[in-house]
Amino acid sequence: MLKGRHLLDPMDFTVEEIEEILNLGEKISKNPEKFSRSCQGKILATLFYEPSTRTRFSFEAAMLKLGGQVIGFSEPNSSSVAKGESIADTIRTIACYADIAVIRHPKEGAPRVAAMYSKIPVINAGDGGHQHPTQTLTDLLTIKSLKGRLSNLSIGLCGDLKFGRTVHSLIKAMSRYKDNKFLLISPKELRVPEYIKKEVLEKNNIEFLEVERIEDVIEKLDILYMTRVQRERFFNEEEYLRLKDSYILDNAKLKNAKEDMIILHPLPRVNEIAVEVDKDKRAKYFEQAKYGMFVRMALIMKLLGVEEC
Amino acid sequence: MLTVNSIKNGIVIDHIKAGLGIKIFKILELDKINSAVCLLMNVESKKLGKKDIIKIENVVDIDFTILGIIDPNITINVIKDEVIVEKKKLKLPEKVENILRCKNPRCVTSIEKYIDQVFYLVDSKKGEYRCMYCDEIYALSEV
Repeated sequence: MLKGRHLLDPMDFTVEEIEEILNLGEKISKNPEKFSRSCQGKILATLFYEPSTRTRFSFEAAMLKLGGQVIGFSEPNSSSVAKGESIADTIRTIACYADIAVIRHPKEGAPRVAAMYSKIPVINAGDGGHQHPTQTLTDLLTIKSLKGRLSNLSIGLCGDLKFGRTVHSLIKAMSRYKDNKFLLISPKELRVPEYIKKEVLEKNNIEFLEVERIEDVIEKLDILYMTRVQRERFFNEEEYLRLKDSYILDNAKLKNAKEDMIILHPLPRVNEIAVEVDKDKRAKYFEQAKYGMFVRMALIMKLLGVEEC
Repeated sequence: MLTVNSIKNGIVIDHIKAGLGIKIFKILELDKINSAVCLLMNVESKKLGKKDIIKIENVVDIDFTILGIIDPNITINVIKDEVIVEKKKLKLPEKVENILRCKNPRCVTSIEKYIDQVFYLVDSKKGEYRCMYCDEIYALSEV
């Protein structure tokens, strides 16, 4: 039962509960109009303590598409937070007006604090470098919809695998499904943290391979998930110059990729995917953003316990 | 030399590292119980050089698990008719509230001061705890 629950960590929900959300998300994606009155009379509060365009728009669009309404703030200076109000007081007040709340906060664990004091469901829309569970749901719905399954996939994760929270969450989430293998493409300084390797991959006997170049593994991949490598993450300039082009996806690198491989990216993109790739039919990152809205629609409906109408 | 009589029935918390006795006294809220309590500080010890001891008259219902966090070498003896009838072994508690403090500057506990500091045990062998809010993992010696 998802009604009344919070979503703070992508692992808060069981595989079955995630399945429930993804199934509804898929249904919505096929016929969004059918759900245009599902949340009529309901209010979503967006508490954004740090700026975000994509996630906030996605949540707001999701609620508006469901026929609900949205209140909130997009930066703390325009709210009572600027006067020093605590998270506990803000959420207790908001809960008097809204039916469900979304919170983004620069401090890790802030959504958990909000949930502790909230009578309405709280959704974590990103807390510092910690968790971003609706991005994970977005990735899962995109993969499920475009590949038709969440198991038996070769998943290439490319770029900054050390600091990228979306990558860590995706590995955890996809590790719960059978026969997935991971090809981890990054400079050695930016490899997946030890705890992910030990606690998630090795512990569950999941096949993985660490390589430095996309070209080394691209022909094996069903999914290529790109993230950005920042220059300042490298320890030395020489290493950066040696490897920087390895993490920029262009048409030449796609030459040996499978015809039905999909390219994903949590966005915003800077230069890690060349613009020429946008025209390739395997480029699905903008579609992924759309699935993000559909999965948020499904999540809102499930947490509110509203029926399809 | 200061001498304190042995107790007939009760609990003796022994081998407390010198200086930690007062901390344990406060954490266990021994000032709030009705029994007679004695805190001995800087007692000579063959094993530790100096140690603290707490004696509580009559066996009272106290949860000692928290002491594992403070000093795992502490021994707890239950005395009946002047004989030790039970030696309680200390284990690290699964959950610790408001004893450890998260040091992660990005953690919400650094700004919302009213919330409880909560940690969960992740590895009892290594003595590692995880902050409930930011998931940062610490060895006990760090926090």
